[in-house]
Amino acid sequence: MYTQGLDLVPKGAEAQRPKDAEEVRLEEEFQKKIDAEIRIEPDDWMPEGYRRTLIRQISQHAHSEIVGMLPEGNWVTRAPTLRRKAILLAKIQDEAGHGLYLYSACETLGVSREELIEQLLSGKAKYSSIFNYPTLTWADVGIIGWLVDGAAIMNQVPLQRCSYGPYARAMIRICREESFHQRQGYEIVMAMAQGTPEQRRMVQDALNRWWWPVLMMFGPPDKDSWHTAQSMKWKIKRFTNDELRQRFVDAVVPQAERLGLKIPDPHLKWNPERGHYDFGEVPWDEFWRVVRGDGPCNRQRLEQRRRAWEEGRWVREAALTYAEKRRRRREAARAA
Amino acid sequence: MKGWPLYEVFIRPRNGIAHRHVGSVHAPDPEMALELARDLYCRRGEGASIWVVPASAITASRPEDRDAFFEPLEKEYRHPSHYDIPPDVKNM
Amino acid sequence: MDRQEVLFEYLLRLGDNALILGQRLCELVGWAPELEEEMALANIALDCIGQARLFLSYAGEVEGRGRDEDALAFRRDVLDLRNALLVEQPNGDFAHTIGRLFLISAFNEQLYAALTGSADRRLADIAQKALVETRYHVRHSGEWVIRLGDGTEESHRRMQKAIDDLWMYTGELFTTDEIDRKIAEAGIGPDPATLKPAWDRRVEAVLREATLERPQDGWMPTGGKDGRMHSEHLGHLLAEMQFLQRAYPDARW
Repeated sequence: MYTQGLDLVPKGAEAQRPKDAEEVRLEEEFQKKIDAEIRIEPDDWMPEGYRRTLIRQISQHAHSEIVGMLPEGNWVTRAPTLRRKAILLAKIQDEAGHGLYLYSACETLGVSREELIEQLLSGKAKYSSIFNYPTLTWADVGIIGWLVDGAAIMNQVPLQRCSYGPYARAMIRICREESFHQRQGYEIVMAMAQGTPEQRRMVQDALNRWWWPVLMMFGPPDKDSWHTAQSMKWKIKRFTNDELRQRFVDAVVPQAERLGLKIPDPHLKWNPERGHYDFGEVPWDEFWRVVRGDGPCNRQRLEQRRRAWEEGRWVREAALTYAEKRRRRREAARAA
Repeated sequence: MKGWPLYEVFIRPRNGIAHRHVGSVHAPDPEMALELARDLYCRRGEGASIWVVPASAITASRPEDRDAFFEPLEKEYRHPSHYDIPPDVKNM
Repeated sequence: MDRQEVLFEYLLRLGDNALILGQRLCELVGWAPELEEEMALANIALDCIGQARLFLSYAGEVEGRGRDEDALAFRRDVLDLRNALLVEQPNGDFAHTIGRLFLISAFNEQLYAALTGSADRRLADIAQKALVETRYHVRHSGEWVIRLGDGTEESHRRMQKAIDDLWMYTGELFTTDEIDRKIAEAGIGPDPATLKPAWDRRVEAVLREATLERPQDGWMPTGGKDGRMHSEHLGHLLAEMQFLQRAYPDARW
């Protein structure tokens, strides 16, 4: 998911230095490969901007998977049945796995895992704003699966054709594995929407809280998205933020109606001329505020990641020390 | 202290098929790499055998070697379609 | 106690051990020392939950009062839980988590291996599946005990302390009570005392390689598997785990 394009560098801040003739030639060749749908592989020549864009996008994507474990992890000890507990745990585990696939893809661009983790923990790197919202009831787990994963899939499916080979391959694996995530969420929501009055209240409340933050997952509107045009040209992105957002709304409105749930947008209305749903203005002020660090759970989420990392330090060090001791012992035994 | 080193992971999906590169994993040592690769890449029962190789042990060709290494279609006499055999000659 | 009741109690012991250990591992989501280990711990937790479901479903059928796996997992209180004291101990630091996992898995490995020959076919089948999974749990946790024990000074100290702290809870695993005797007589399961020598060998081999000392056997509390006296920790675990089922008893999820 999660390809929100959250770089906060203002437009034009990346100074353009003049290119020499060789560089121009390489860039033209590069663009020809892209246009011919030839995948770029790690050691191939690539423009510095392409590399930087990919590192930013893939690492944000990876961080989002890892931080995204936390809101759902908040409910794994309280899942209402053993089946639900196993499903939720498997889903969270997939997210950890997907974070790892993506960190690996990012490492092929010449940045190490430690650097990436360091960027996340220092607050320098961004992750999807959606995970800075709290999970208050079990219904939130259902809504996350249905809508958050639904939005993620919208974003991720086209990324399987991304021009950068390792990212595209990671996305293929991720999309295949995530196919159950949205369905399990919808199943939870369905059970609750057809359940007791308390359950119906929980699920409508969760939908009310998550709706707008979910629409923000597709990133700022195209007119404010300064990465979109270049990313499309490089075929890192295949559709614009607004295109994907529209597609998502069109897909989920009937799913909500099917369950008798009300989407909290008075402007939501089918537009027969466009063949799409019209919908209200996403509260972008809130989006930018959360991205800049002031969301309900930003501090809490990062604090947990930091603590886990700090508390694990002695374990990681012990394992390396042991490996080194054993290597020396084996060498000594061979020498003897 | 630095992080755990990187291992490349190869999995044989089932017997009769070659090991295939599936991704990588960070681990403190080879034995642990094997277990962690299993936990990461075989969550859905895929795999009959795993190899892990320290990423630092791999020697790779460079993109600029491509022409020298992989010259295309020059020695066309290596390809069966290069030879003119009358169609009535069977089992060839 | 008739045969059905004995089998029911015995299945609760097996199921509750898996359930409570699985729940403890669920608490660790997001807290593993490295992301790769997050995957490993989650796999083990999933195995435990899966085993709990199989044992508890069967227990519900044997009981014949219409209780399914969830009724048994979410609607029994401390007095009716039948897990060993060892598995309900808190996660503590990673050394305690790993130490507990290793000690119970080494026991389960012997137990499940014996149960594959059970006169009860259904139980033998469940044990066969659980045995395969548990062998990996022993291996993975054992590898960690070795690395922490023979790692840095700090990890050695922490791992030794974890083994020392947990050791007293291993005694209960090998006690034989009325239920165990009847189960053994019926050829359904082993007398737990008979599993001790193989467990000792397994545990000692790992501790030796880890440069850790095997603690002295001292007083060993009991009361978990017969439900006579659990530790205070169990009630909190249940309060969290059972919250939704207790708060909304009429709801279906």
